Amino acid sequence: MLRQIEGSRAVAETVAHCRPEVVCAYPISPQTHIIEAVGAMVKAGTLSPCEFVNVESEFAAMSVAIGASAAGARSYTATSSQGLLFMIEAVYNAAGLGLPIVMTLANRAIGAPINIWNDHSDAMAVRDSGWVQLFAETNQEAADLHVQAFRLAEELSVPVMVCMDGFILTHAFEGLDVPEQSDVDAFLPPYEPRQVLDPDDPVSIGAMVGPEAFEEVRYLAHLRQLDALARIPTLAAEFSEAFGRQSGGLVSPYRTEDAETIVVALGSVLGTIKDAVDVRRDAGDRVGVVGITSFRPFPRDAVREALSGARRIVVVEKAFSIGFGGVLSTDVAMATHDADCSLRTVVAGLGGRAITRRSLEELLAAASRDELDTLTFLDLDHGIIERERARMTATRRSGPSAENILRDLGTVASRIG
Amino acid sequence: MTAQPVRFYQVGSFAVGNRLLPDDDRTVQSDPTRSNSLDSGHRACQGCGEALGARYAIDAAMRASQGQLVAVNATGCLEVFSTPYPETSWRIPWLHSVFGNAPAVATGVAAAMKVKGRSDVRVIGQAGDGGTVDIGFGCLSGMFERNDDVLFICYDNEAYMNTGVQRSGATPPAARTATTEAVGPEPGNTFGQGKDLPRLAMAHDIPYVATATVADLRDLEAKVERAMGQRGARYLHILVPCPLGWGSAPGDTIKVARLAKETGLFPVFEAENGTVTTVSPIRHRTPVEAYLSIQRRYAHLFGENPRPDIVARIQAIADRNIATYGLLVDDESDNHDPKDPEGVTA
Ligand SMILES: Cc1ncc(C[n+]2csc(CCOP(=O)(O)OP(=O)(O)O)c2C)c(N)n1
Ligand code: SF4
Ligand SMILES: [Mg+2]
Repeated sequence: MLRQIEGSRAVAETVAHCRPEVVCAYPISPQTHIIEAVGAMVKAGTLSPCEFVNVESEFAAMSVAIGASAAGARSYTATSSQGLLFMIEAVYNAAGLGLPIVMTLANRAIGAPINIWNDHSDAMAVRDSGWVQLFAETNQEAADLHVQAFRLAEELSVPVMVCMDGFILTHAFEGLDVPEQSDVDAFLPPYEPRQVLDPDDPVSIGAMVGPEAFEEVRYLAHLRQLDALARIPTLAAEFSEAFGRQSGGLVSPYRTEDAETIVVALGSVLGTIKDAVDVRRDAGDRVGVVGITSFRPFPRDAVREALSGARRIVVVEKAFSIGFGGVLSTDVAMATHDADCSLRTVVAGLGGRAITRRSLEELLAAASRDELDTLTFLDLDHGIIERERARMTATRRSGPSAENILRDLGTVASRIG
Repeated sequence: MTAQPVRFYQVGSFAVGNRLLPDDDRTVQSDPTRSNSLDSGHRACQGCGEALGARYAIDAAMRASQGQLVAVNATGCLEVFSTPYPETSWRIPWLHSVFGNAPAVATGVAAAMKVKGRSDVRVIGQAGDGGTVDIGFGCLSGMFERNDDVLFICYDNEAYMNTGVQRSGATPPAARTATTEAVGPEPGNTFGQGKDLPRLAMAHDIPYVATATVADLRDLEAKVERAMGQRGARYLHILVPCPLGWGSAPGDTIKVARLAKETGLFPVFEAENGTVTTVSPIRHRTPVEAYLSIQRRYAHLFGENPRPDIVARIQAIADRNIATYGLLVDDESDNHDPKDPEGVTA
């Protein structure tokens, strides 16, 4: 049933329909609405049986989820940004132990400077942790991905992170279908753990493993991700059969047939990029876009295939590896290393800066004229940077850069655009 | 019961021969059908107090829970010596996650058991002093505050032993560790305020807090049993001498633990809902020298350049404990109702 509903609310209701047995909560924007809504459902008894644990930190949130999952309970939590970094030791641990925890990551920038708005730095920081990372393009997809996430996680004993853009998705109201309880029940069987803390069949979990077997254990984790690579498209197909709509999968190409220039991106910005693609198509440019839904495991073959006709690839990223450049770009470059095409990285939307259709249109036009640098920062204000660099050259004690820049701008309240 | 309880004391200790006791009162360890939860073959050093304490505590908990027990372990000596890949000494379901999160992981296990209607399965979290008073304290305090149904056991050997004897928040003043070397005008650890975890636990008003040592294993078992008889967050702090880190003879582990109690340096007591209910009195008041001088971590206080000034400061700590907890009593009973010790029950 189509409803006008906030993204966070839709995710919360969907998660509730997945019948989590233990939910851990710690507040951080922009994830809070999700966990608040789940908490209210547990408190009201509409989500039952479920233990809702108000923990004292994100480190504890993931740790409680680890204990609960190892004891055989379906476990869920959500976080963002600083919260993800605060729990990072436990994030790696959950993956290392092969525990099928599902976590929503409401993507947000990482400080300093502290910033609550959206980018993908948080997800990239745990790229190598062993979690499956799925990126939602829309709120409908964000909701749907959670149903697939629990199924994937539990089938393969691997934790799954559903990434959705903070505020842009979490706080947006749109018409969407929350997966119905009966449909979810039919799609998602009860959790059957592969390893469980059971007094009647005691096992030791989490023993120290030395050089004699560590690489093998890690390789098995890699194999599980490769299994996920095979399973994600079939799950998406099963989902579409059961729910009557397309969500998930590895990649989502748009107008790529005959495209000379193809943009690659993750998450909600794909919507704006599609609009820009439509405009440039109308102007005669042969452009298209490929969204990557499964960032980890990274679908090398599917990406190569989707980009096979392109002469130019433009990766638009909401994060970057400081001192180098694109993160997603590196993966795309690996996937297309034997293709005869150029690859450009565009870093955009950091800390919530709006990625406008106009900027993207200009970007696409420049790309089509082969005028893009290897690494471009979209809508970067060079004037601000030059002023601060000049200040730093002029005096040793030039003070904190972020605050200097805010003073230059005369900003009293943050604005997104 | 009308029969008058009979107390059997052997000279110099509280040890009571099992054969003198009715079956029900005999120790868990004397029971040939005990669970042997932490089985032989592990890699602890000779005379390791932590291995001894864990063995007694977990077997007692197994008996109290009719074998329905799960243990969560922090990183540390106990974790490392008990599970050298591909072997394990644990005969109970056992989970190690990371160093600082054992209380939270235990909360998760307890939550899972509750939601599954398996409240017969009891949960223990366990860690060394570092994993309890320092890096795990945030998670521990959260677990206490929520009153989660977990018994948390700290095996206190007063330093980070697994990484090679570095100072922790539970390292006593003047003790030599690898990060508080016995050099300079103030050798060994500083005289700070200490971090008295049992009292911090009591400040959370949790149902049960107790301290114990491996010198009185009957008392240790009894406290585990009492803790297991209750629900909610419970805390047991066990002093476990570490021959390697303390520089004591492996054969002296029990003696060192007993002296920690008999000097007053380690008060042994129980508290319920934030109030001390019993203390184990000192039977033979002993000056701290007797305790310090048999441990190489205090060697710099004796020998060629003795530091009686520092020993006197340590004695003052013992004296303060004795006064605070009322550890010296004329009464011969081993457990008694204390006078309300100042500042403890407030
Ligand atoms: C986050 C983190 N920091 C540091 C370590 C290194 N480390 C492992 S065990 C340990 C010492 C444990 O000390 P304690 O908790 O007192 O237990 P003990 O070994 O003394 O029994 C340390 C510092 C770690 N594993 N993880
Ligand atoms: S170092 Fe100490 S605590 Fe660790 S195993 Fe040896 S004696 Fe036991
Ligand atoms: Mg220790």
